[in-house]
Order: sequence, then C-alpha cells, then structure tokens
Amino acid sequence: MIPEIGHFVLVLALAVAVVQTALGLYGPVLADARLMYMASRAAGLQAMLLALAFAALTYAFVTSDFSVTNVYENSHSAKPMLYKVSGVWGNHEGSMLLWILILAVFGAGVAAFGTNLPDTLKARVLGVQGMIGAVFTLFVVTASNPFIRLDPAPINGTDLNPLLQDPGLAFHPPFLYGGYVGLSVAFSFAAAALIEGRVDAAWARWVRPWALVAWASLTVGIALGSWWAYYELGWGGYWFWDPVENASLMPWLAATALLHSAIVVERRGALKAWTVLLAILAFSLSLLGTFLVRSGVLTSVHAFAVDPERGLFILAILVFFIGGALALYAWRAPSLKLGGVFAPVSRESALVVNNLFLTAATAAVLIGTLYPLVLEGVTGEKISVGPPFFNATFVPLVIPLLLLVPFGPMLAWKRADAMATAQRLYAAAIAAFAVGLVALFVVDGAPILAAVGLAIGVWLIAGAAVDLAERARLGRIPLAQSLRRLNGLPRAAWGTAVAHAGVGVLVLGVIGVTAGAQERVALMAVGDSLEIGPYEVVLDAVTAQPGANYQADRGIFTLRRGGAALAQLTPEKRFYPVARMPTTEAAIRTTIVDDVYIVLGDLQTDTTSDGAQQWIVRAYHNPLQPLVWVGCIVMVLGGLLSLSDRRLRVGAPVRRRANRVPASTAAEVTP
Amino acid sequence: MILRVLAVLLVFAVAPAGLAYEPAEVLDDPQLEERARALSAEVRCMVCQNQSIDESSAPLAKDLRILVRERLVAGDTDEQVLDYLVARYGEFVLLRPRVAPNTYALWFGPFAVLLLAAGLAFRYLTRGRPHGVAEGGAALSDDERAQVSRLLSEAGPEK
Repeated sequence: MIPEIGHFVLVLALAVAVVQTALGLYGPVLADARLMYMASRAAGLQAMLLALAFAALTYAFVTSDFSVTNVYENSHSAKPMLYKVSGVWGNHEGSMLLWILILAVFGAGVAAFGTNLPDTLKARVLGVQGMIGAVFTLFVVTASNPFIRLDPAPINGTDLNPLLQDPGLAFHPPFLYGGYVGLSVAFSFAAAALIEGRVDAAWARWVRPWALVAWASLTVGIALGSWWAYYELGWGGYWFWDPVENASLMPWLAATALLHSAIVVERRGALKAWTVLLAILAFSLSLLGTFLVRSGVLTSVHAFAVDPERGLFILAILVFFIGGALALYAWRAPSLKLGGVFAPVSRESALVVNNLFLTAATAAVLIGTLYPLVLEGVTGEKISVGPPFFNATFVPLVIPLLLLVPFGPMLAWKRADAMATAQRLYAAAIAAFAVGLVALFVVDGAPILAAVGLAIGVWLIAGAAVDLAERARLGRIPLAQSLRRLNGLPRAAWGTAVAHAGVGVLVLGVIGVTAGAQERVALMAVGDSLEIGPYEVVLDAVTAQPGANYQADRGIFTLRRGGAALAQLTPEKRFYPVARMPTTEAAIRTTIVDDVYIVLGDLQTDTTSDGAQQWIVRAYHNPLQPLVWVGCIVMVLGGLLSLSDRRLRVGAPVRRRANRVPASTAAEVTP
Repeated sequence: MILRVLAVLLVFAVAPAGLAYEPAEVLDDPQLEERARALSAEVRCMVCQNQSIDESSAPLAKDLRILVRERLVAGDTDEQVLDYLVARYGEFVLLRPRVAPNTYALWFGPFAVLLLAAGLAFRYLTRGRPHGVAEGGAALSDDERAQVSRLLSEAGPEK
C-alpha cells in the first residue's frame, strides 16, 4: 500500500508542478497577484508531495519490500541499515527521484525565503523552476518509475552494488545533486530576468546565495566522490579524469565563474549579460552531466542504442531547456543595459580574467569529454582521451589563474594601481619563493615543477593572509585596532580569503601526491616486511573475517618507523556472495602530512621455498594527500562564511523602479 | 558515486578480483621499469572504462603490460612501443591522442576558446572608454543618480 501512496503523490506532484509553471509564468502577464501567490504555495506543496514519495520509497527499502522491483534489484535483507537507506538513491530510479525532490526543495526555498523579491520576478522564477520540475517528474513517472511492483514477490533481493555500500558514498549523491540541482535556481533566475528584461545589482544579490549553496554542496559532493574513489577502488588515486568525474567538474567550474561574475553585477552593475549566460551555462552543464551519466552514452555509444528510451528522453529535456534558454538569451540579452565602465586594471577586470580562464578550463574538460563521442559519431574513428590530455590542457589553463588569484581581492574597484598591489603582496611572494627553494634543495630530487607547484600553493595561502592583513591595516595602526577591524570585516571578505586559501591548500595536496607518491608491490608471507617511504610495514597475519553480508580476508599489518611500531593496519579483501563481487578495503593511516595506504591482494598459488603462503600486497606512501580533502573543506567553509554575510541575509536593496504589480493588489494576499 | 559505479562494474565484470601490476611483471632494470610504468599510464586498457593498463586488473591489461616490457627489453624507444601498439590496436589504445588533423579541434579547441574569450573581453574592456573617461565631469544619468543614492544608503564598512 505504501508504495502505491508514493506512486500516487508522485503523479500528484507532477500535476502541481504543471500548475506552478502555468501560474508562475502567466500570473505576471495578467499582473494577478493571487495567481502569483498560488505559484509560491504550489512550490511548497510540490516539495511536500515529493518528500512523501521519497519517504514511501525509503520505507520500502527499510522494510525490504521485495515486491517493489527497485528494492528487489538494489537491496537485500541482510544489508546494514545505513545502506538500506542509502540504497534508495544508489540506483537509477531512486536517484532521479532524489534529483526531483532536491529540485522541488530548492523551489520551495525560493518561495519561502524570497519574501523580498518583487512579485513578478519571484513568480517567474518559480514558473521556470516548476517547468524543470514538471518535465523531470514526467520523466520519472513514465520512464524511470521506482514504484513498479513485482509479482510474485521474490524471497530476497539481489543486493546493492557492494562498492556503493560505503559511508563516503552514501552521502555523495545527495550533496552532488544539491549542487547540480541547486544551479537550477540560478538558471531560473536568469530565465526570469530575461523574461522581465532586467538584470541589476539586486538581481545579482538574490542569485548569489543560491549559487553559493549549490557551489558549496557540489564541492562537498565532488570531494566525497573523490575520497571514496581513493579508499575504495584501491588504486591509490583520487582523480582519474573519468568522464563521470568530468561531468561533475564542469558545472563546478562554471558555478565558480558564476559566483565571481555575479559579484561584479552586484557591486558595479557590469557584466550583466555575461552573468546571465553563465547562470544558464552552469545549469546546462549540470543537465549535460545528468544526461551523460544517466543515458549510458559514456559507457559506449552502443549501450545507449540498446536502451535508448531514457537517454533520448533526457536528451530531449536537455535540448528543450538549453536551447530554449539560449534562444531566450539571444532574443532578450541585447536589451540589457550596459553597466559601469572600468579600467583595464581594476577588480572588475580581475574578475573578468578569472572568468576567462575558468571558461577556457571548462571548455578543455568539455571538449576532452565529448570529443571521442563526437568523432566516432561523425567519422567512425575511435580515439581515447585520457588523463594525459587533461594534464596537458587543463593544468596550463589553470596555473595562470592560480597565480593571479591573490591580486583579485586586493585590487580596487573601477581603477586600480597594479604596482601598488604587487608591492603589498611582496611578503606572500617571498614566502612562496622560500618554500619553493626549500622544496628544491631540502627534499631529495624534488622536480622543479613540483617546487613551483608548492610555491603556487603557498602563494595562494599567503596571498589570502596578506589580503586580510591589509584590510585590517595590520602593522600600520595599533594591534588592538587591527583586530577590531578584522572582526568587523564583512563575512564575504573573510569568505573570499578563506576560500582562496583553501584552493592553496588543495594545490599543495595535489602537488605533494603527484610528485611524491611512492608505490611498492610485493609478494609477502607472514613475517615479511616492506619498506615504503619512511615507513616499514610488517605482515603479522591474514585472518578470515565474516561481515554482515560479505566474507573477508583481513590482513593484519604493523606499521613501523625507525623501529617503533606506530599503528596496526587492517586492509580487507571482501567478497559479496549475493552480488558475486569482490571489493578491496584499503587500510589508510593518515597524518596531516601524509598517508600510508595498504591494499591486500590475491593469495598466490606458488608458495615460498619453505611452503609459506604468499599474498600480493600493494603499499603507497602519499605525501600531503590529506591536504586535498582539507583544501576542499576549507573552500566550503569559505563559501559558507560568504553565505552568512549580512548583505545576503538582509537581502537586496530596494529596486530602482517600483514593481509592476500595484502594491494594493499585492498587499491583499500577503500572508 | 553511483554514477561512476557503472564504470567500475564493467571493470569488475571483465576482471574478477586481483590487482593491477603484479610483482612478477617488474623488470630488473629500474630505469627500464620506470619507462615501462610511464608508458603504461599512457596506454588504455581497451576492455575497461577509462583505465590505463597501469591501473587495470583486467587480463588484457596484464598482457599489454608484459608486451610493453618485452618491447622495451628488446630495445624499442618509447615512441616505437606506442607505434607498435597503435599498429596492433589502433589509435583507441592511446590515452593521449596524437596531434593530427582529426584531433586539432581537441588539442587547440580549449586554447582557441581562451583566445576568443580574451578577444571579446578586450573589446568589452575598451568599449566606449574614451567617451566614459573623457567626460568624467559630465552630469549623471537618472540611472547613475539612482545608483549613487542606493550605494550611499547602504554604505557600510566594506570596501
């Protein structure tokens, strides 16, 4: 019965989304405040209905109701509870349900928090948001329904893919979707602004918090996915330039560009048309990511052809929204007024340069991801585009951007003095050079590029510190006064500095592990030891370890350094009988400066001369690896600090012209 | 991510258990071995989803790793090894596509985007500047006056 309720409210949500679209888009045309008000209520209702549908599916998973096809295919009664719940979105149908739920929650958020929005703009935003919701809910209902029953119901399920039975991955999709779908709000604001024909500082101030939420969520989602790949796949790597990873990186890059260009619109009224275009592109790239991943087109063009229904449906949605928005843009953008003028050296220009490089970097990822598909489609030639390509294109496009980051926040608006800014950054430059030189001479055989990379990381962190120090006038006024100034800085200034420092930390981590990672592979019998980096690992025993829904061989290793035992490491080799899949559970010892990473491999058939069993063991020493995740966390903290800025919470200043709806009509329905 | 799992699934479907790059494969000559590792990272495991033969545990990847090492021991240069693989398996085997007419758009596309965007940005930056700068003392338009009053009304400590 419960799944039927879920199914029913899902269809009801579709109807509500259609109503929301109609009221939201047509209400402003009639200038009828009641219709527009209803669009708000519809947004809230749609979110509630989808939450109910989601709860119904969760209930089916938690109670292991195998009469529901989706539960049968993706769950098992012996699965731990956490993974019964995360299994709800660990499959195609459930994840699409989560997608539309998050979409509706964002829509309801705009309805609830957008109290200071002009009625017409708010209604149009909700109308566009409702349209996205209606189309995707239609997709879920018709092509991807998670509530389909199975008769007769099987005794037990076929289990969730064991690789997904992992805490890091359990929370990866919700955050990732929070980012993907959160960008829909920026998209809806862009489309609404184009329909209204006006973009101003107030508009940018309304869009920015939503873009920030989406960006922060996407950052967390990508970091979780990368972290999962690192410890679960057992290759010691954390980023593979896999098309699926690229699909999430592209919207992230575009969202990052959007956050920066929206600042220019908000503060200076310039870059309006470009910012609107970026908002459209960012969500378009999210849709593209959803299509690439969900259609199976990436696995192979042929897999796509085998089951084209879903893929074609999403492709049609993609063409409709991206094409529609771009057409609207082409029609309306020329009517947007040009904003404030600024000199080539100014904060505005710095943000333009930021957008330039981020756009080119996004293009590199986009071209690299789609090129094999397009080439095969056009000429039939099959080529591969792998990590070496992205290292050769993406990296050189990002390095100049990283070098310029510390300048941006220190340049004055409108017209700045480049030399004076450079002089103020000399301390950061000295710190960067010092670290680079130390790395070159102290660390044995450090490659020059690695030293340069570390210097860039330090440059970013020190640059952020200098920015804060300059704002506090540290050293030029009494310390107590400086601290007061620091305390009084707007949160957005803190957010900028912290996020930029986070990028620096991330760079340090990436360079450290890229240049310094060591890998050892060896055959080990009990009692053998293996040297890895400054450490030594000793295999003490291998034991059988039964788990809830798997069997495991567990290696027990002692980690030593300079003769002293530091820790016990227990990597596992698991086998999930229901899914008939093996997984590796790497054992990782993390300090802030490095990771030791051990994977237990296969038992070898040939034994040592005295008949002892031998195992293949892989060990890695990854210097600075933890900084990759720390950097992401710091970036997110920066985003959240910025989000908590008073300006964004208090909301927008009064718009220059009055709303189109007469105040009297609007007042009647204000709750 | 669930999404990536599709990829991983495929790998495991082809190659049950096992790890890439086994000890038995390691060459005695450390320099040659280092070249073999570097080359392996450039060669695609063709039955896998976006994995190099260095990372993959598939039997085919193992065969290719051994093949690469055999060619190196036989005295091939890196380029010759790659040529040999391309001759046998086609361009698909290379994770770094060669710069050729059919990949110009791939290799130069991103930089073309950068140049194009830079050109547009330059035009934007220099648009009407003489006008705007020269008439520094001109009267404010209605819009500008409204903006001034808005900015004044929200003046705070922020720069």
